[in-house]
Amino acid sequence: MSKQAVRVLIAKPGLDGHDRGAKVIARALRDAGMEVIYTGLRQTPEMIAEAALQEDVDVVGLSILSGAHMALVPRVRELMDANGLRDVALLVGGIIPDDDIVTLKAMGVSGVFGPGTSTEDIVKHIRALQSGQGA
Amino acid sequence: MIDLVQPLLNGERRALARMLTALENERPGYETALAALYPHTGRAWIVGITGAPGTGKSSLVSALAKAYRARGQTVAILAVDPTSPFTGGAILGDRIRMRDLAGDAGVFIRSMATRGSLGGLARATRDAIRVMDAAGFDRVLVETVGAGQSEIDIVRAAYTTIVIEAPGLGDDVQAIKAGILEIADVLAVNKADLSGADNTVRGLRAMLELGHPASRTELLQHHGQLMSVEPSANGHNAPLWMPPIVRTVATNGQGVDELLDAIEQHREHVLSAGLVELERAHIEIEIYERLRETLLLRFLQALPGDTLADMLRRVQAREIDPRGAVSELMGLVGNQAIG
Repeated sequence: MSKQAVRVLIAKPGLDGHDRGAKVIARALRDAGMEVIYTGLRQTPEMIAEAALQEDVDVVGLSILSGAHMALVPRVRELMDANGLRDVALLVGGIIPDDDIVTLKAMGVSGVFGPGTSTEDIVKHIRALQSGQGA
Repeated sequence: MIDLVQPLLNGERRALARMLTALENERPGYETALAALYPHTGRAWIVGITGAPGTGKSSLVSALAKAYRARGQTVAILAVDPTSPFTGGAILGDRIRMRDLAGDAGVFIRSMATRGSLGGLARATRDAIRVMDAAGFDRVLVETVGAGQSEIDIVRAAYTTIVIEAPGLGDDVQAIKAGILEIADVLAVNKADLSGADNTVRGLRAMLELGHPASRTELLQHHGQLMSVEPSANGHNAPLWMPPIVRTVATNGQGVDELLDAIEQHREHVLSAGLVELERAHIEIEIYERLRETLLLRFLQALPGDTLADMLRRVQAREIDPRGAVSELMGLVGNQAIG
C-alpha cells in the first residue's frame, strides 16, 4: 500500500473575505486523495511561508480576489525561497489579469487559475508537478 | 533520513518538518533516524486534548499554547484530523483557529491526517510526538480528531489527557457511559459563557463523584479538588488524582490559565506518583502492538499461496467456523512464523 500523500496548503492572503473558492478547491483536492491544510482567511505572506515549512507541503495554493496579487504573491515566493522551500510549487487562483499572469509565472508561480477553471484541471496540474518531481 | 537527525536536534524547523513527513510516509531509512532520536526523548510533557467535534479543541489548544509561551515554555502542536475513507484525502483545518500563534519561533504546529487509523490518532502520531520531543519542545500538545465515545488512543500517548466538553451536547447519562470521560485527567467545560454550562459542570461533577475511584474518600474531604488520600488496598502507593473541572472560554482566554495550572498540577502529581510506571505502561502497550503487527505480517507471509483465500471461501460456505479456520491455519504454519 502506498503511504505517500500529496500535501497542499491552501491559503488566502490579504484582506478580502471571500473564501468560497478556496473551500471548493480544498474539497476538490481532498476528493482527489490529497491532504489539504486549510489555513483560513487573512493570512500574511509570513504566516503562509511558515505554515508551508512546518507542514512540509508539496504545493502552496493562494486564492486572491482582492487585486493585491502583485504585492502578495512575490512576497510569498520570496519568503518560501528564504525558508528553503524553493522546490515547493506555488499556484495562484482568483481574478488575475493576463499581463500579470506572465509576470507571476516569470517569478516562479507554476500555475495561475482564473474564474471558470475546472477543479479537475487543478488536480491534473498538481499531479503533473508531482510526477515531474517524483522518484 | 539519518542526515536530518543532527539538524533536528539543533532545533532546525525544516529538518523537523521533513522528519515528520518521512515517518508518516515510512520513507526508507526513517526507522534508523527514529532510533537515533530515541535517546533524546523523554523530556517533553505530552498533553492530549480530546472531545467531541465542535467543543473547541483547536481554539483551546491555541489558547493553551499562548499561555505556555507567556510562561516561557516552548510548544509543539500535533493536530490530527480524519482522512476520508472514500478518497484517502483529508482537509486539515486546525490551523484556522491557531492564527494567533503565527510568527512565534517557540511554537511549531503540524497537521496530521489519520490515514485510515481509528482511535482518534494517526498511526504515525506516537513517533511524531517523539520527534517533537527530541527537537527540544517543553510541551507537546496533541489534538485528537473530534472524538465520540471510544476514540481513546490518546491515553496511550499522552501523560496528561484533557477531555473537553461543551454545554448542550447530551444529558447526564452520556456522562456516565463508559469511555471518553474515564480517560480524563482534567475536564474542561469550554464555551462556559453559554447558558447550560452550569448543568454541564454539575453533570460532570456528579459523574466523577459517582464513578471515580478517587471520589470515595474525596467526598469526605474537599469537593472536586486535587487531593491526596490514603494508599488504597490494591497495593498502589500513589495518591489518587481527582480530575478537576475547569470552565473555559477559549475565544477570549477566560479560564485558560486555570486550565494550564490544572495540567501542571497533574504533571507534578504524575512526577511524584510514578511517571516511571506510566511510561512503562505506555511502552508495554506499544511493544505488544508492534509485536502483534509484526507477527501477523510474518504469519501471512509464511502462508503458502492461496491458503488464506481458500480458507475464507470455506468459512463462507459454512464448511468450517472462523475459530476452526484459525486453528487450522495455525497448524499449517505453526512455529515457523515466529522462527
